[in-house]
Amino acid sequence: MEFQVSNKAKMLTTVLMAVGIVFTLVGVVMAMGDHQLGTKIYSNMLVNSFFFFGIGLGALFFLALQYATETGWYAVIKRVIEAVAGFLPFGIGMMLVTLLTLSFTHGGHVYMWMDPDTVAHDSLVSGKSAYLNQAFFWIRTIAYMAIYFIFWRGFKNRSIQQDQNADMAIDLHFKNYRKGAAFLVFFAYFSSTSSWDWIMSIDTHWFSTLFGWYTFAGTWCSTMIVLVTLTLYLKKKGYLPKVNESHIHDLGKWTFATSFLWSYLWFSQFMLIWYANIPEEVTYYLTRRDNFTFLYFGMFFINFAFPMLILMSRDAKRHAGILTFVGLIIFAGHWLDVWVMVMPGTIGPKASVGLLDLGMAVLCLGFFVRVVLTNLTKAPLVAVNHPFLDESLHHDI
Amino acid sequence: MADTVIYAMYDDDDVLKDGAKKLVSKGVKVTEVFSPFPIHGIDPIIGVKNTRLGIMAFLYGLTGLMLATIGMNYFMIQDWPMNIGGKPNGTYLQNFLAFVPISFEFTVLCGAHGMAITYLLRNKNLPGMPAQNPDPRTTDDKFVMELRLSENKNFSAEDLTAMVKETGIVELDQKELK
Repeated sequence: MEFQVSNKAKMLTTVLMAVGIVFTLVGVVMAMGDHQLGTKIYSNMLVNSFFFFGIGLGALFFLALQYATETGWYAVIKRVIEAVAGFLPFGIGMMLVTLLTLSFTHGGHVYMWMDPDTVAHDSLVSGKSAYLNQAFFWIRTIAYMAIYFIFWRGFKNRSIQQDQNADMAIDLHFKNYRKGAAFLVFFAYFSSTSSWDWIMSIDTHWFSTLFGWYTFAGTWCSTMIVLVTLTLYLKKKGYLPKVNESHIHDLGKWTFATSFLWSYLWFSQFMLIWYANIPEEVTYYLTRRDNFTFLYFGMFFINFAFPMLILMSRDAKRHAGILTFVGLIIFAGHWLDVWVMVMPGTIGPKASVGLLDLGMAVLCLGFFVRVVLTNLTKAPLVAVNHPFLDESLHHDI
Repeated sequence: MADTVIYAMYDDDDVLKDGAKKLVSKGVKVTEVFSPFPIHGIDPIIGVKNTRLGIMAFLYGLTGLMLATIGMNYFMIQDWPMNIGGKPNGTYLQNFLAFVPISFEFTVLCGAHGMAITYLLRNKNLPGMPAQNPDPRTTDDKFVMELRLSENKNFSAEDLTAMVKETGIVELDQKELK
């Protein structure tokens, strides 16, 4: 069945983007004369481009995971995952614009290691300059983006090809299987190192080996929330009649499980640093504890307690209303997570979620939803020649 | 309790499933199905209720969490406050973070053991207990459906046998329980 973006959805996303632009402009006008205005804009660009890029990448990772493990149940919602993964090129574009802007402004007080003045006077930063320098940073960034993009295009093309040639379906399936496994190998390294490069290097003096996994778990959880809400939306509109309660239950389980993965990694990083109590490590948490007490711990409480308490039972994971409610709340929670990863290191203790922050987030959200819905129109909603489609149609747990 | 039990044996799970559907649509109550592997979709047909093991798992986990908290509070705070790495040991809350991993582990331990033991007890399946299945071949390649006369008061034993025979069985056995 072909998907059509309804006029209501078109209007809603346009309104979201318009409200976002208005909020951003009002926020900029209100902050006129603030010497941190530039940093504020750059930081928000980084927060939002990373958050939404992460969702596209998370969907690509999830798709590769299904291919590599030869999973059957997901076949009927494969196009939903692909539509979200289809945001990847836009996400890459947003990231590149942000990083280029930062490069041309000597880090814009976001990446202090990009500022030659700081590097010259700060022995810790200059000690890291063998890794953290503009040339190597761009080599790595371009390598990540190019490899993600190439894999994404390959999966997308093979998926369409499989729809058109029934006799090639099995060959393409095994090709996807190999490429999926190869992608996971790249992703295992790149998800860690890219989060060090893009996010952890903001607090240049600080480092944590768990940071990559923690960031990745957050993006994965946001991805699962998007997938489950999008599937529920399509099912409610009657586009996915073959999706049954078991598929929804499985997506709900993934949301529940990734929330726990994220909470587990957040806590592991926090507790190890708390226990060791080494000055250069605890600074990261001291800034957040003293100046962002409510946002930081509130964000953790929401992202951990809501899915744990509400999504624990089997019935809740099959209930569209409960899933959407919890999903939307922790979606905001994970956006806030990225926000508190970035802001304390760039703007400092005085950062707060204002009109500018909300406006840019809403603008990007509207854009993201519009792109994903448009992606859905570009291919039939069910991948007819997927070898496991029959298994997926009879999915029953 | 005197009862007549009918065991119908099949050599294909799909035939059994179709047979069960046919019998249930005529108002017959199927008591139990024995199979070497889980048959997908048989539960709603013969009216097996959803398992309540999950609820028990939650309760066992909660018990573990409480036991761990009471234990650690007594060992590490009340009875013999220990100074480990200079961490505060005045109250439980001050050192709460250090207790989280143990609380988690003990929750999982109690949840897992409680579930396993409940499962084995409920299925009368503890090591050494006599087997419940009517025929050892149901652990190999045969499938058996069990009907009880006491649960099918509207039918006679002959009616049930006749209906079962139409569903593609390979063997039929009838037992009188005393």
